[in-house]
Amino acid sequence: MSDVVQSPASPSSLPDSRAKTPKAIRLYLGVLLGIAAALVALPFAVYPIFLMKVLCFALFALAFNLLLGFGGLLSFGHAAFFGGAAYVSAHAAKVWGLNPEAAIACGALASMGLGVIIGWLAIRRQGIYFAMITLALAQLVYFACLQAKFTGGEDGVQGVPRGHLFGLFNLADDRVLYAMVAAIFMAGLLAILRVIHSPFGQALKAIRENEARATSLGFRVERYKLAVFILSATLAGTAGATKAVVFQLASLTDVHWATSGAVILMTLVGGMGTLFGPIVGAFVVVGMESYLAPFGAWLTIVEGLIFVTCVILFPNGFVGALAKKTAR
Amino acid sequence: MSTIFGIPSNALFSQLLVGLINGSFYAMLSLGLSIIFGLLNVINFAHGAMYMAGAFVAWILLNEAGIGYWWSLLLAPLVVGLFGAAFERLLLARLYKIDHLYSLLLTFGLALIIQGSFRQVYGSSGLPYAIPAALSGGQKLPFMFLPNYRAWVVVASLSVCVATWLLIEKTKLGAYLRAATENPALVEAFGVNVSLLRTMTYAFGVGLAGLAGVLAAPIYSVSPSMGADTVIVVFAIVVIGGMGSILGSIVTGFGLGLIEGMTKVFYPQAASTAVFVIMALVLIMKPAGLFGRAS
Repeated sequence: MSDVVQSPASPSSLPDSRAKTPKAIRLYLGVLLGIAAALVALPFAVYPIFLMKVLCFALFALAFNLLLGFGGLLSFGHAAFFGGAAYVSAHAAKVWGLNPEAAIACGALASMGLGVIIGWLAIRRQGIYFAMITLALAQLVYFACLQAKFTGGEDGVQGVPRGHLFGLFNLADDRVLYAMVAAIFMAGLLAILRVIHSPFGQALKAIRENEARATSLGFRVERYKLAVFILSATLAGTAGATKAVVFQLASLTDVHWATSGAVILMTLVGGMGTLFGPIVGAFVVVGMESYLAPFGAWLTIVEGLIFVTCVILFPNGFVGALAKKTAR
Repeated sequence: MSTIFGIPSNALFSQLLVGLINGSFYAMLSLGLSIIFGLLNVINFAHGAMYMAGAFVAWILLNEAGIGYWWSLLLAPLVVGLFGAAFERLLLARLYKIDHLYSLLLTFGLALIIQGSFRQVYGSSGLPYAIPAALSGGQKLPFMFLPNYRAWVVVASLSVCVATWLLIEKTKLGAYLRAATENPALVEAFGVNVSLLRTMTYAFGVGLAGLAGVLAAPIYSVSPSMGADTVIVVFAIVVIGGMGSILGSIVTGFGLGLIEGMTKVFYPQAASTAVFVIMALVLIMKPAGLFGRAS
């Protein structure tokens, strides 16, 4: 009977977000513990600054994936939240002299506000239009950042002080900074897992699978979409704000559409809609960017080739993650 | 010097002309996007890259083979169109049965490959492309100086748009296209080769982008980044116009080019964002777009 309820080829072939059997729960906890252990062990093996960059982008990709994989919405403008928050937290730390945790919170809040506006506009259309609208609105944010005074135009905000966490721990020490970034990443990951497993997450899944039916069951679909959009924007902003503190820099690169493309690539490589895939994707893409940086435009070419290869060779593996409802 | 609304009329008219020129390119690009979207249900992210490729093909023809502007007007769209046809056949056609977002990602990947390749070979700085001799110089109108080449671009773009509209609305081929847009399965049952029609449509759409690129080459310098930002503006224009009608995308393209030009005169800071702000307003008031049918 069970294959009638859910055939293996059905779109919901992604790891069932409600792990029911004890075995699944154990596996699930195992992965989480593995990630926690890796967070502790990796700085002894890998350059910590690189690792912090990976963690920031991994949180960014997880936030993006929450929207795409579990909300069924492909945003092509997530750089607006990542980069916008980076500017705000850099400004808060440098000009207002706030502690790093307060500066990061400012960035995340700013992203949340931006997410309310962009989400409110973009959820009016679906599918491909949604992607185009988010892209266009993010470009609007990009031009605003280019022209605004506090962003420093082409130079960006440089020399952001890392400061003292809670006024106590000096973040100039890379190890302390790493601990903070790892904690933020872990908190973000746990928050996303909590959301996915909540009734809210189940409702999102229902909307993704069949929007019309969810509406007929009495769900206010628009509100759910907006809520997950804002949540995703806030988390993406947290990632960007943290990155600004780590690298002491907020620049136009972070708001550029290429960054929106990069986060899509991370999610695509890792597997859309898988819970932990984006983390792997962030590792691969950030690693590739560092490795290929000396080769100029080759990075762009290789990224393009990976896009094409992933889409052509493994589309069926990813289809489940995307809603069946398509832009018509 | 005469002024209009406190703006020297010279400045006003020359910005209007710039707006009209930009509008010409927007119209040709959004027209191609709409046609492709209509039949293939694909948003072609590589459209800006195709526009850039058209300009580069013209530059390469001139500098490597000594083939001038007029031949390029014919050859560059042909090259871009053939490339597009091959891409559609080999890759894009595999994705029609699954979510359309994958085609968007595929064409985004293609755009990155094309842009990266040209940047790798020709660098990121712009390359100059001279205005053809027959179109150099200009006319001294009573209110402004009108360069011949710019007038030509507006006329050429308008003619191409009108010709495309006639092709789609008044010919048998266009009737097939419109029918296949409505119901591909039924048209196929009548013995029309819809998959060939799709390939031709994609080739034609990107060919239009290539042609726009050749027209743009003497105005903007030829550079690998020339299409990347343009395509985002054109996406916004497509959202504003809605993809329901051919005429709609032409009108919206020219109209927004003009509005952008006017913004440059009256409030220059907002010139690069005007189109996006208008898009937001249209989304609030008429989510399906000005000419779009509600979905």
